[in-house]
Amino acid sequence: MKIFVCVKHVPDTAATIKIAGETGYADGDIKFIANPYDEFGVEEAVSLVEKEGGEVVIVTVGKADAVATIRGAMAMGAQRAILVKTEGQFLDSALTAQALKAAIEQDGMGDMVITGKGSVDTETFQTQYRLAKLLGLPITNEVSALSVDGGNAVAEREVGGGDKQVIEMGLPCVIGATKGLNEPRYPKFPDIMKAKKKEVKEVALSDLGVDDNSGNVVIEKLEPVPERSGAKMLEGSVDAQVTELVKILKEDEKVL
Amino acid sequence: MAKTGILIETENNAVKETSLGVMTAAAGQEIIALVMDANPADVKDKLAEYGAATIVSVKAASGDTTASPDLAAECLATAIKEYGLQALLGTASAIGKDLFARLAATMDSPLVSDCVAVDVAAKTAKKSHFSGKIFASLKVNADVFLATIRPNAIEAVASPAGGEIVEFTADVADPGLVVVKEVKKGDSGKLDLTEAPVIITGGRAIGSSDNYKMLEACAAKLGAAVGASRAAVDAGYATHSMQVGQTGKTVSPKLYIACGVSGAVQHFAGMKTSKVIVAINEDKDAPIFAKCDYGIVGDIFDVVPVLTEKL
Repeated sequence: MKIFVCVKHVPDTAATIKIAGETGYADGDIKFIANPYDEFGVEEAVSLVEKEGGEVVIVTVGKADAVATIRGAMAMGAQRAILVKTEGQFLDSALTAQALKAAIEQDGMGDMVITGKGSVDTETFQTQYRLAKLLGLPITNEVSALSVDGGNAVAEREVGGGDKQVIEMGLPCVIGATKGLNEPRYPKFPDIMKAKKKEVKEVALSDLGVDDNSGNVVIEKLEPVPERSGAKMLEGSVDAQVTELVKILKEDEKVL
Repeated sequence: MAKTGILIETENNAVKETSLGVMTAAAGQEIIALVMDANPADVKDKLAEYGAATIVSVKAASGDTTASPDLAAECLATAIKEYGLQALLGTASAIGKDLFARLAATMDSPLVSDCVAVDVAAKTAKKSHFSGKIFASLKVNADVFLATIRPNAIEAVASPAGGEIVEFTADVADPGLVVVKEVKKGDSGKLDLTEAPVIITGGRAIGSSDNYKMLEACAAKLGAAVGASRAAVDAGYATHSMQVGQTGKTVSPKLYIACGVSGAVQHFAGMKTSKVIVAINEDKDAPIFAKCDYGIVGDIFDVVPVLTEKL
């Protein structure tokens, strides 16, 4: 099997995000990591290829620094990678999908394309659907269980309250991975060293012949989400604290 | 007034509360409720009460929209054209997120997901970036404004309108790429976390899966869903479908009660837009107390049973 895994280079979820001007992010001094959902995708692809044979190709759209994230995915077992280089890190989902499609087709379509269920930076939750549409492939997102049998894939996705849809698709297909699918491995030291020697092909976005169709969604303003400034701590016996809490929730907050 | 479609979600032939909030998000516009998964007569009164001028019952000429999300998306795209909709809003539920992303890809039109506020006339939306750390105000330049609304982010307000029922059959072929073979039922009767108006969550301090019964008893009194922190899920005390936060679910209930949750930034990513956050934790220095509304320092096994009793 040949499996592409789209991995995004995103700010660490614990990082403090600074706003530059009205509409930009100061991404210079933030620690970046692999998008957490994409790690489930890498693990799934690597374990499928370990079983079935073949190769895992990482595809990343991002600035030059994203190579650090790519090396991490290679340490988990991917054989090679393609980095579509861009000026900025945060691209529009429609343009990212086009860039991924062009890179995948240039390399030669595989049996499966796996992404995370979404990325934790701009949280648009749609790039993989646009990619599937451009490639003319079936897609299932938020996949928490997957089996591949011959030319078919069977995926499970939660639809609320613990209910799960069981979905069948022909290969090739696009899968959006989420937690539950597997336990991503921690690369060992020799794997990290080996990953440094693996091939990362770099291609500039401008060389892929992609029309820049971004600009349909414009950031007008960014603002930090207001943080709560510390709790009102209730005091007294357990009984007294709970009595006061229930009173506040009923009478002041009116949420009960 | 912009002709605004609202994709209605139902359960047991009743409109979900979260869909009523989505209608309120479009208050002031001409609201056209699109119903795909219920008999329109069963939901007419509720939809009219909350502002639907028209209720369109959308069906596919052939094929089953519940078994083919691509067919459902094609039907919606056709309905948008047929009724000249300038916007279509839905709920950022598991089904809604999936359907709107398919629709946006099919129409090659922008989509703003999981919004906490929208202005349909101006085609602007406010949504979270970076795990709930930033609010981005976005402007959409497109003929049709597509957006999903975070469940419970907008409180439903009644605003009666005509509610005239119209039948619409979309003459589209089923792309047939993706087939839903079955729906496996989870724990029956459990409220869906993302849509629950009240949530009570157990963190690592809960200590065992059995101890969630204490939270379930409290949840029954509150009309709440029971959630779990990542630590509790990773320890095997709760299932992933119960996880709130990064790599779990994003929720925005009117009341969120965190029991024995330390309050990691990744947990806040999934619940910080809740209206009121209450924390109960034995450790007075737990980070959660710095970022919640009301705090009780105490053993959850002492405090929660008293809370259940007093509700």
